[in-house]
Amino acid sequence: MTLDLALIWAGLIALSVLVYVVLDGFDLGIGILFPLVKSEAGRDQMMNSVAPVWDGNQTWLVLGGGGLFAVFPLAYAVIMPALYVPIIVMLLALIFRGVAFEYRWKTRRGKFVWDASFAGGSMLATFAQGIALGALVQGIPVANRAYAGGWWDWLTPFSVLTGIALMVGYGLLGATWLIYKTDGELQRAAYRFAWMAGMGMLAMIGTVSLWTPFLNENYMARWFGWPQLLYVMPVPLLVALCAFALYRGLSTKRQLMPFLASLGLFILSFVGLVISFFPYIVPSSVTIWSAAAPHDSLLFTLVGAAVLLPIIFIYTIHAYWVFRGKVGTTGGYR
Amino acid sequence: METFDALLLARIQFAFTISAHIIFPAFSIGLASYLAVLNGLWLLSGRGVFLNLFDYWKKIFAVAFGMGVVSGVVMTYQFGTNWSVFSDRTGPVLGPLMAYEVLAAFFLEAGFLGIMLFGRERVGRGLHFFATLMVALGTLLSAFWILSANSWMHTPAGYAVNDAGQFIVTDWWAVIFNPSFPYRLVHMVLAAYLTTAFVVGAVGAYHLLGDRPGPAARIMFSMAMWMAAVVAPVQILAGDLHGLNTLKHQPAKIAAMEGHFDTVAGAPLILFGIPNSAEERTDYAISIPKLGSLILTHDPNGVVRGLKEWPKHERPPVGIVFWTFRIMVGIGFAMLGMGAWSLWLRYRRRLYDTPWMHRAAILMGPSGFAALLAGWFTTEVGRQPYTVYGLMTTAESVSAIDAAAVGASLVAFVVVYFAIFGAGTFYIVRLMRRPPALAEPDLPADEPIRAAGLMPGPVLRRAKRGAAA
Repeated sequence: MTLDLALIWAGLIALSVLVYVVLDGFDLGIGILFPLVKSEAGRDQMMNSVAPVWDGNQTWLVLGGGGLFAVFPLAYAVIMPALYVPIIVMLLALIFRGVAFEYRWKTRRGKFVWDASFAGGSMLATFAQGIALGALVQGIPVANRAYAGGWWDWLTPFSVLTGIALMVGYGLLGATWLIYKTDGELQRAAYRFAWMAGMGMLAMIGTVSLWTPFLNENYMARWFGWPQLLYVMPVPLLVALCAFALYRGLSTKRQLMPFLASLGLFILSFVGLVISFFPYIVPSSVTIWSAAAPHDSLLFTLVGAAVLLPIIFIYTIHAYWVFRGKVGTTGGYR
Repeated sequence: METFDALLLARIQFAFTISAHIIFPAFSIGLASYLAVLNGLWLLSGRGVFLNLFDYWKKIFAVAFGMGVVSGVVMTYQFGTNWSVFSDRTGPVLGPLMAYEVLAAFFLEAGFLGIMLFGRERVGRGLHFFATLMVALGTLLSAFWILSANSWMHTPAGYAVNDAGQFIVTDWWAVIFNPSFPYRLVHMVLAAYLTTAFVVGAVGAYHLLGDRPGPAARIMFSMAMWMAAVVAPVQILAGDLHGLNTLKHQPAKIAAMEGHFDTVAGAPLILFGIPNSAEERTDYAISIPKLGSLILTHDPNGVVRGLKEWPKHERPPVGIVFWTFRIMVGIGFAMLGMGAWSLWLRYRRRLYDTPWMHRAAILMGPSGFAALLAGWFTTEVGRQPYTVYGLMTTAESVSAIDAAAVGASLVAFVVVYFAIFGAGTFYIVRLMRRPPALAEPDLPADEPIRAAGLMPGPVLRRAKRGAAA
């Protein structure tokens, strides 16, 4: 039996995108919630809760892009030009977000500038990522190994909805991360944010899930055809379970459960996407196998990934362990 | 005409974003190694001044590294957004090299950066030193893989072409260690070290000129000048070997660097002149007879090929290549001169009290960046009109994106980069103007204004105390 390397790689790329979404998701979520916290001390704590790890979290985005280039070059060459505007906006916004971590502590007079840079960059990057996702779900036309659509095709009511949905979702991740990492006044505020974002997130999951099948016959068949319905049924059931766990976690003031429940919601939404996409990597145009690089390139890269990814997981977990615990028991600069 | 405009805009955008980017990794490659050396010296000698210097440069490193990260993410995506045909066709060869860069280098840097910057109290000296070494190793691994990919574009090897027109790999070893890679890697890493050494030297010199220079300023300056004295001559040798390698594989680039249009035996070395592409000659040339042939062929009467050997559409733009090459070489020799001067002053025991030397060192502080950029322009513009040398042209490589879209993104990049990286440079210079304190704080003190470094510090420390209590 020969291994289907393209399929393995599709799984690995999907995994790195998922890891990016949940890890940088709470970083970006904290940026989105930033304007809602007025106190200097609270903002310092919010930023400090992710400062040692945000760079590693963002590296998964680089792996997503670099990995796509390496193992699915055709998909990379089609998706990037198709999503030119949202991708460029995301990159620029991530610059504003990233440098704020460094610059904000370098100035007192100009601190408000980097507060705005952090919050604005996080929001815009998230919105652009959500739009890009929505545009991908809608499908991307391809001809002669190149994108064959217009330069504003990505902008539709659906993609705007997914952009807003992702902002709400990251906001939920950020709020539940803050519940876990902080205490006192900031934690109380984080519970409030998590209530709002949690309800918003469920509404968004519902709306997007109901809209998606109507975009494309494949999606409809995948979700509402018989007997496929039986196989996909666990996804909405597990979503309901996670929603209940989130509700319980928030109402009984648990520390970690709300974050884990939010992670569950993200993972399930992602699984839903994978179910809809498969076997396409560029929906309705390019399958995993037709986008895959030649066997040798897949194998050469897979050897490196098989050795290095476990090591990466080990030292990433170690870094989180080193910086474990609450960020500011007595509250920093108050 | 419109496609030409879009192509030109895409080229300018790539040149601008990569030029802005390269400055930061080059500085962080050198600075990460310097930090590892300082950390090691502290652990070996127990002298607090090395720890002070470590904590001083650590804060500067954090800002420079941050700028490198955010400008680097742009590069990962820009191959796809603006050079999609290139991406599709070279992806099977270059993609894996970049994937290895991410997996082996970027995660390593990012995974240990947090511990290096704010973990010393939490993990202890030994593991903290290990983290510093891993960050330094990460920067070097990153240089290894990305320069391997870049070198393959100059000297492709180990490939075949499949039915879809994609380059595919027949021999990974030949791809990674392609003919120009070893030379480019050595030349670039030495350039990064020299660039950083002159920045460190300038900061040391600035504080030596101040009122009461402490031991930290002397150590910085001395270490930097040792680097200049030792590495500058090695770099000139490495550059010469890299040039001979280029002559073998990309003779048209050498002809442009030298300003030679005609193929002649016993070619002169043109020191200065104005290359005139239209008339196909170098005007007002000031040259040394036969030296060009002597350098390039090690024979005063050797034959050196001129640009007329190639049809006009296969020649690189002569002017940029010619001038940037001279800027790079000129700065290289100025660095050599600084190194020699420092040795002389050391011998006379006047290294720390020769103000003219210190002023010159401040002036030379940013020179490494200029040389680095000039060198990159020489080699990359000299690769034109190809992206994959001799096999795929730049015009074939570009995405079919409207000129308006590329123009808008180019303007956005220029505005954002000048604002953001201008601010970052301002903060770095401000950190450098402050002399290293006798007890440089590991983590920032409680008043935010002097809080250099990104800093969960005080909060974390309190949390730790609270947990222990």
